[in-house]
Amino acid sequence: MVSDEIVYHGKIKVPYEWSVGEYGSRFFYELKENRKIWATRCSRCKKVFIPPRKSCPNCFVHIGEWLEVGPGGNLITFTIVRYSAQTHITSAPFAMGIVQLDGSDTGLVHLIGGVDIEEIRSGMRVKPVFKEERKGNLLDILYFTPLEVTP
Amino acid sequence: MGQRVAIVGTGQTHHRSSRKDVNGVELIQEATSRALEDAGLRREDIDAVVIGNMDHFEGINYVDMWSIDGNGGLHKPVMKVTTGGTTGTTVAIAGYYHVASGLFDTVLAIGWEKNSESDTTAAIITCADPYWERPTFGGAVAGLATAACEYMHRYGITERDAALVAVRDRKNAIKNPYAHLRKQITVEEVLGSPILAYPIKLLDICPRTDGACAVIFASEDKAKKIADKPAWVHQVSSRHNYTFLTDIERSGRMPTLYEACMEVYKNAGIRDPLHELDVIEMYTPSSFAGLVWIDALGVCDEGEAVKLVSDGATEMGGELPINPSGGVISTNCIGATGLIRVAEAAMQVSGRAGEHQIEGAKLALATGFGGCSWSDVLLIGSAKPN
Amino acid sequence: MERVAIIGIGQTKYEREKRGETFADLVFEVVTKALNDAKIGIEDIDNVVTVSNDFWDGRTISSMAVTEACGSYGKNVSTVEGDGTFGAFYGLMRILSGSFRSTLVVSHCKGSEGSNHLITNAIFNPIYERAIGLDSISSSALQARRYMEKYGITEEQCALASVKNHKNAKDNPFSQIAMDICVEDVMNSKALSDPIKLLDSSPISDGACAIILADERMAKRVTTRPVWVKGVSHSADAYNLGDRDLAEPDALIRAAQKVYDMAGIQEPLREIDVAEIYDAFSYQELLWSEGLGFCERGKGGRLIESGKTTKEGMLPINPSGGVLSAHPVLVAGLARIAEITIQLRGEGNGRQVDGAKIGLAHGINGACGQAHCVWILES
Repeated sequence: MVSDEIVYHGKIKVPYEWSVGEYGSRFFYELKENRKIWATRCSRCKKVFIPPRKSCPNCFVHIGEWLEVGPGGNLITFTIVRYSAQTHITSAPFAMGIVQLDGSDTGLVHLIGGVDIEEIRSGMRVKPVFKEERKGNLLDILYFTPLEVTP
Repeated sequence: MGQRVAIVGTGQTHHRSSRKDVNGVELIQEATSRALEDAGLRREDIDAVVIGNMDHFEGINYVDMWSIDGNGGLHKPVMKVTTGGTTGTTVAIAGYYHVASGLFDTVLAIGWEKNSESDTTAAIITCADPYWERPTFGGAVAGLATAACEYMHRYGITERDAALVAVRDRKNAIKNPYAHLRKQITVEEVLGSPILAYPIKLLDICPRTDGACAVIFASEDKAKKIADKPAWVHQVSSRHNYTFLTDIERSGRMPTLYEACMEVYKNAGIRDPLHELDVIEMYTPSSFAGLVWIDALGVCDEGEAVKLVSDGATEMGGELPINPSGGVISTNCIGATGLIRVAEAAMQVSGRAGEHQIEGAKLALATGFGGCSWSDVLLIGSAKPN
Repeated sequence: MERVAIIGIGQTKYEREKRGETFADLVFEVVTKALNDAKIGIEDIDNVVTVSNDFWDGRTISSMAVTEACGSYGKNVSTVEGDGTFGAFYGLMRILSGSFRSTLVVSHCKGSEGSNHLITNAIFNPIYERAIGLDSISSSALQARRYMEKYGITEEQCALASVKNHKNAKDNPFSQIAMDICVEDVMNSKALSDPIKLLDSSPISDGACAIILADERMAKRVTTRPVWVKGVSHSADAYNLGDRDLAEPDALIRAAQKVYDMAGIQEPLREIDVAEIYDAFSYQELLWSEGLGFCERGKGGRLIESGKTTKEGMLPINPSGGVLSAHPVLVAGLARIAEITIQLRGEGNGRQVDGAKIGLAHGINGACGQAHCVWILES
């Protein structure tokens, strides 16, 4: 008896409710209410972290110090995504990059927009563009945009 | 060839149904820093980290990598092990082998789960084979319920008999500051609680908990310097025999638990576990399992656990206390649950279990359960093994 | 470290889709092959470590699918969820503990059964990184550009890795994509996420791999061609992509340093005869070569241009075709160990590196090579 090989289709449908935690909540509160980006600083090694950490990954001590960073920063690296995926929130081609905000020792990954994506270069000075209606999550920042585009 | 290994520190979070004040990494960091503090160590003293949880409960891929800020493993060797409900004991066993291999002296083992972040049943159902079992699998409760029905039929035990186990464990939990559920219950309350899947009622089954546990394993030389009373790991064993729920042998003692216990006893030279063991931290997902599986521990004849329990032999003051910590029926942060058994066993033989200390405990058994009726067993003692 | 050897290996052919086989089928195939290769039976295996991933399998407790097929019934068994090189490391530790004489390590993955985008998107922080749609390709592109811009590595230099490895794959019967291409073909291939193009990327793959480790006594009793483990080490870096400089493979440098100390290697380029490293994307062969000390930092492009890493060169890298030619996730690291074993036994046929005696196998875990595991093997 010969039969075609069967392919069974299915999907994992598990909804999630991730606790952002106290520190994350404060970060998103500032983003939403005040359009400000806050980070935390380890009192021991003085490293400034975004996303904000409650404890230092290296020193492993509690972090209690908050400070505002940015809003401007440097674009460390970027890519222009040219394929489609259901995880994307904007259609390809679009740009994403890692931004090191002024005053922070770590970078934030986000979309880069408000510019002809072919003009984007690493090292550009960028600043966040906030949405008018914000919900208290990372997408309250619409994207980071270059301050100027050198021809 | 092979190092002796001891547990030199443990840490747990105060287990709750929901910890919204912390994200998962921060929860892990709490347990990790408590274990370091307990052992008097700093992050620099750790040589390697092993961590475990069940992926779909938090929806995070590569948890060992994601948790690096909180698991103490930044710039160190970090590895993940995961085996369903047995994850906690699997993590402990992995921590043990890291040190026993001689390659690492001080190893941090972490188990955790943030069950509040997902629909636990929806997530656990994904453990079943997608086309053979998943369409009809009712989740962990249903699986345990069918087993419970079987036990009632085979051994003639009653819902009332099973309730004794739940009552015992919940009473013990009151003396454990880390336990999740710390309210006493009565047999009548168990019998009157809402039915989830016959014969399992709400108070027969473990809760869903947010919690983390960390245990530090050390080599013999290091252990002596770190802890006054190290808890030595004498034996470890695992049996994860089955793939399909319907493969499980349905006669005799709980097969994987029995096999793993027998291997441990044989290697340790234990002939009479009822009298030679001082305390057992047993992974009991339901009261029925907690009752019937006692015979798989080799401490009574098959099907005879009811007498042991109703006589009070497994109470705190009895011949062989089971679950002085309150057990799984009081706290179930799945990836941590098995590791908590190990931590509690270690605390007992080190004399550091506080209010729920069993006087003079020297030899403890910790068991883990999960997956497709799988079992892990660890034997932990205050004396150095041979 | 006591002497432990690899005494048996088994691989499936790696394919885009192995529709006729389940996970259990794949695992049974390679376990049987490894046992036959070692000329032992399953009863001679003391314990088992399986390696699988719940997201790729679409199944929490993914190990459940293979408990029987891997022969773990009635045996001690555990499961590592991470690259195969890490799983094999755990298998090694279990032997070094003295509790077991042999460990079977087996890994499986069917990339064809899930969505790579969704599965790798789940690697990223759900609160701070996932929302913008990061996945393995876009994240690696961020790393590629950072590396290339910081050190002046060109896309053409990266393309050389793809050209070399796909050509090497022609002599590897297990590999998936064997082809003769040139740099221009890579440069003209479809852009995925700048600077990564289609021919810079590894494929979606299905497959499995098994290895059997044994202590010295058993190895000497059972086989005439044991491959000895001279050193293993792994290390992890920071998680959030912005927490590290993606152009600096610090975790790999650490792991490599440790493993070279263990194996007594001081000049890797000269002393290592063959290497199988985890090139999920073309730039990775260059970057990891630097991290492994095969050349100075920033000189990965020069290294591949020099020809030293071709099959005839001083240190052939990826004579099997590498991960660029077959990428069953998790399995790929174990396959690197299997391929080095083949080389050191002199059984590589068309892909054999003449006189190979010391080999290096490398695997990565997490996004952008957050963690690395390095093995040194010797015949």
